[in-house]
Amino acid sequence: MPTQILMPALSPTMEEGTLAKWLVKEGDEIRSGDVIAEIETDKATMEVEAVDEGTLARIFVNEGTENVAVNTPIAVIAADGEDVSAAAADGPAATPAAEPIHEAAEQVPSAPALSEVSTAPEIEASTAVDPEIPAGTEMVETTIREALRDAMAEEMRRDDEVFLMGEEVAEYQGAYKVSQGLLDEFGPRRVVDTPITEHGFAGIAVGAGFGGLKPIVEFMTFNFAMQAIDHILNSAAKTLYMSGGQMGCSIVFRGPNGAAARVAAQHSQDYATWYAQIPGLKVVQPYSAADAKGLLKSAIRDPNPVVFLENEILYGKTFEIPKLDDWSVPIGKAKVARSGTDVTIVSFGIGMTYALGAAEALNSEGISAEVVDLRTIRPMDLATVIESVQKTNRCVTVEEGWPVCSIGSEIAAQLMTHAFDHLDAPVMRVAGKDVPMPYAANLEKLALPNVDEVLQAAKAALYV
Amino acid sequence: MAKRPAKKASKPKSAKSDIAQFSKEEELQAYRAMLLIRRFEEKAGQLYGMGFIGGFCHLYIGQEAVVTGVQMTLKDGDQLVTSYRDHGHMLACEMDPKGVMAELTGRRGGYSKGKGGSMHMFSREKNFYGGHGIVGAQVPIGTGLAMSNKYRGNDNVSVTYFGEGAANQGQVYESFNMAALWKLPVIFVIENNGYAMGTAVKRSAAKAEELFNRGSVYGIPGRQVDGMDVRAVKQAAEEAVAHCRAGDGPIILEMKTYRYRGHSMSDPAKYRTKEEVQKMREEQDPIEQVKRRLLDNGHADEDELKAIDSETRAIVTDAAEFAQSDPEPDASELWTDIYREA
Repeated sequence: MPTQILMPALSPTMEEGTLAKWLVKEGDEIRSGDVIAEIETDKATMEVEAVDEGTLARIFVNEGTENVAVNTPIAVIAADGEDVSAAAADGPAATPAAEPIHEAAEQVPSAPALSEVSTAPEIEASTAVDPEIPAGTEMVETTIREALRDAMAEEMRRDDEVFLMGEEVAEYQGAYKVSQGLLDEFGPRRVVDTPITEHGFAGIAVGAGFGGLKPIVEFMTFNFAMQAIDHILNSAAKTLYMSGGQMGCSIVFRGPNGAAARVAAQHSQDYATWYAQIPGLKVVQPYSAADAKGLLKSAIRDPNPVVFLENEILYGKTFEIPKLDDWSVPIGKAKVARSGTDVTIVSFGIGMTYALGAAEALNSEGISAEVVDLRTIRPMDLATVIESVQKTNRCVTVEEGWPVCSIGSEIAAQLMTHAFDHLDAPVMRVAGKDVPMPYAANLEKLALPNVDEVLQAAKAALYV
Repeated sequence: MAKRPAKKASKPKSAKSDIAQFSKEEELQAYRAMLLIRRFEEKAGQLYGMGFIGGFCHLYIGQEAVVTGVQMTLKDGDQLVTSYRDHGHMLACEMDPKGVMAELTGRRGGYSKGKGGSMHMFSREKNFYGGHGIVGAQVPIGTGLAMSNKYRGNDNVSVTYFGEGAANQGQVYESFNMAALWKLPVIFVIENNGYAMGTAVKRSAAKAEELFNRGSVYGIPGRQVDGMDVRAVKQAAEEAVAHCRAGDGPIILEMKTYRYRGHSMSDPAKYRTKEEVQKMREEQDPIEQVKRRLLDNGHADEDELKAIDSETRAIVTDAAEFAQSDPEPDASELWTDIYREA
């Protein structure tokens, strides 16, 4: 059967073009790969190569013709042994070699209405359940630093495919001593010192993850992970989707995040909101040692990439951890850290120190604040926040990160959508000031949120 | 230690004669494999022209010998990873042409259910790890795959392909450093087709004639290979595979190759002359080289080769028909494969 040559689209947006020049004439022998014509688009002149072989039986569209629509038959080829004159008699109306795209498009199901698919499902209560601590369980005083180390050690004992890599994690025992003792117990195969090349070792870790291992990548701080963010987003977070579910990776990116003390702008940034925007990532930012340990264990076991945001200032803070064989805390479940009735304060990570401090101060003024610790930023347990706001009708968010497009902004928007009728006051956001972190001690203090700002925000929400 | 490329110019024939000859079976195997890629890519270009394939589409036409020759040296469990010019690699590792073509057209039967497209395709079954759209990003990923092999103590190798354009990316050298430091079994294959999009290698790379030498400061041996001759590719790859399997760490193969088409479908390739392209096609085409040897050595006659061509066209036609008739993904797929069930 003769094969028609159709006007090709030469760019994703081309609809028509000019057939500038024929480089072959009727009767010519054509081999696949031969350049047969030149076509001008609004962007460039492109060559058209033959795909099929045979004799050019007839040209339908003469050179110089403008506005030739894509998929218009422009010529016909008779295959070896076919009657050239019969092929030439086939006009452009004959069946094209393939269905033009607009017809094919009609065969496929039309896109569903916008409302059906363009928004995520309604907010549902998290199915995750906090583990019960049996009555009489011994509580052990533990720093967050130790809790994180214990979580990694327990998971590495449990699963040989879990390993730790990062700068100074092995021989130096951790830049912040989080990995202390791990090299001694697990050896250099599983506790791997890397050179100072975040981009490279993050990519290598993702590759090891694709290869079936379960890497824990320690960034000395998340400020340096900006060099690696392409691999965290494009390689780790998106590949499961891009592969139609075939090729994910179980990987934890962890390390201190946010402001430390007097290290100025390049070393003092909270990335919660950056990573929280990325579908395919889970983002955790714990406050207490029990949550740090329990959530890190869950993160290591999770089959998805998890960004685990720690805080240098909290590393040395001591909390009680239940002495249980396998203490883990589910990702995606917020915790009511303090019950109250008058106003909801939502925070996470080190922001909890201001939230809890303000709740205590409010209590002494006769105001009962409920404090919700998000613990996980993505997926966010909005159901717990909404449930609290339905009770208190007022909400204050607290975080150290910048206010623009912040976690507080997201909570405010979600409450507007899902709890508008329950709000008796605008949602108040307490955040870091909208400036690069200054070095001077007094300015640094001003740039960060504090207990008093939370207190004032809560009072504003209460109109007192 | 970096080896120097074979002395060239004066005695090209003697250089050729150093190459191990292929058996009849090897010639035919290479011919079929390369022809499938060529015909598949031509069809992909055609479907792009008809609007069935959208977005970016980078064809492998001209470079077929590289992946074909390397693939002939691998065994089960060895991994491949490459950039966005990936259709040839997928066909070479025996992924189903239907699934590849249907991914190009964004249909549910595509390897990524239509959600990845030309640049993002994977097959766990065939150990093909993508298909990556960010220039150079596949290099640390391939190095990490090698790390997983070493961690497990097996002797598999990771073949990590990238273009000469990506060879200027910083993360490539971060990977070289760690691969050499940790003696990882990774073959870095630089597919030097001469042009990073529109920039000739001489305009973008210092010491452009010695890309194989780019790992020398890390102690990574490198070889420059005639990437248009599938026998030369296979021979170099055999040595590289043996080097990696023996636990001697990474190795670089710079394949001197050429792409006949533009960088992507919408590139008119005005940065080089038609004569340059025509000369490569006429004098060095990887498929024609094999074809000529098959005929000259009496391994096959014209009719047999025509039969192979017909079979190949039939496979490609089937793939194209499937890719056009297979439905688009169900709308519900928008929300799947974002997370694995914890």
